Amino acid sequence: MTTQQIFSPLPGIFYRRPAPDKPAYKNDGDVVADSDTIGLIEVMKSFNEVKAGTTGKILRFLAENEEAVMAGQPIAEIDV
Amino acid sequence: MAIKVLKPGLATTVQDLGRPGYYHIGIPLSGGMDRHALVAANLLVGNEEGAAVLEAVFMGPELEFTEDATVAITGAQLPPKLDGEPRETWTSFKVKRGQVLSFDFLKQGARGYIAIAGGIDVPVVLGSRSTYALGALGGFKGRKLEAGDELPVGKAAASVKDGRVVANDLRGLPTAMPTELRVMPGLYWHRITEAAGNDFFADTWKVAPEADRIGYRFKGGKALQFVPREPPFGAGSDPSNITDACYPYGSIQVPGGTEPIVLHRDAVSGGGYFMVGTVISADMDLIGQLQPNTPVRFVKVGMDQALAARKSRAELLGKLRNALT
Repeated sequence: MTTQQIFSPLPGIFYRRPAPDKPAYKNDGDVVADSDTIGLIEVMKSFNEVKAGTTGKILRFLAENEEAVMAGQPIAEIDV
Repeated sequence: MAIKVLKPGLATTVQDLGRPGYYHIGIPLSGGMDRHALVAANLLVGNEEGAAVLEAVFMGPELEFTEDATVAITGAQLPPKLDGEPRETWTSFKVKRGQVLSFDFLKQGARGYIAIAGGIDVPVVLGSRSTYALGALGGFKGRKLEAGDELPVGKAAASVKDGRVVANDLRGLPTAMPTELRVMPGLYWHRITEAAGNDFFADTWKVAPEADRIGYRFKGGKALQFVPREPPFGAGSDPSNITDACYPYGSIQVPGGTEPIVLHRDAVSGGGYFMVGTVISADMDLIGQLQPNTPVRFVKVGMDQALAARKSRAELLGKLRNALT
């Protein structure tokens, strides 16, 4: 098992939920597949999905819901 | 020759120096938000200053070249990679037929300018190749790039060299932190109280995530307090509204008195929000390189300072030309 990080592709606001009244896409400990969405980045009035990009188990999220993030900032750690 | 768009990036558009002369009938200037960087990219690859390039915001595209080419990326620190190998920004380099240009995560700034020797050869619409996406006008089919697009490229100049570099002091990027945007108060400045006017310049604002080519929104400063008035005909009861008027490029409107918006290259040309003043022309390029959440201060200047700043910006461009032509 090795640990990989998932990076934010964009600067903006990170959201862990598809909508305020919906549950989080993924939680610590969840198993994810390559094409799974793990969160959204809001920038320029658009919401852009962040994909896991690999298959594994989420160890933990490194960015909070509604946190301002930079491009290239790690937002989750994943065991692959 | 053509360039195949494998991945488009977030909102990559074809831009040149814009489409002045139609703002009074509602068609905005468009063109690169950081014009200095756009010109630098063109000069690096032997193009005319105002040739059409790609403006990539926050995230680079992935492009496959169908012929050999020379390219240069300026503006933001959006690190280019050629077939996965790192290349420098602000430097011209050769691309071989079949190679793929991609980009690493954005390190600094907001908009990268990708110039290709020969320029992007989309049709000229009202004097410009710039994209005005909101009006589906110009650029590549009037929109941002999509995967599968094939961009036509013009004929390169005979003497295009690789390895040409723009020196650090000629790049014209923001240096102060927080970034300082110089503003001439005016237009509807009289609508706010003296205390509110002082706060506007004293507060540190932050770029809101909504900021785009139409306007740059800022938040985090104190809400503006208005001077009481009898609403003029057509203005309505909200104190931040006016009877419809023209909006200059660079003007700062503050809907509801809360979040200032600086109108940029794709702005609407008129409406009913009051404006506190105008960002001077010399600082408009800097706005194009601001990421969301960047701290910004507005600095009050007068006409003499604005004209001196414009002269100094023009001199910087002159030095860039001398260095590269």
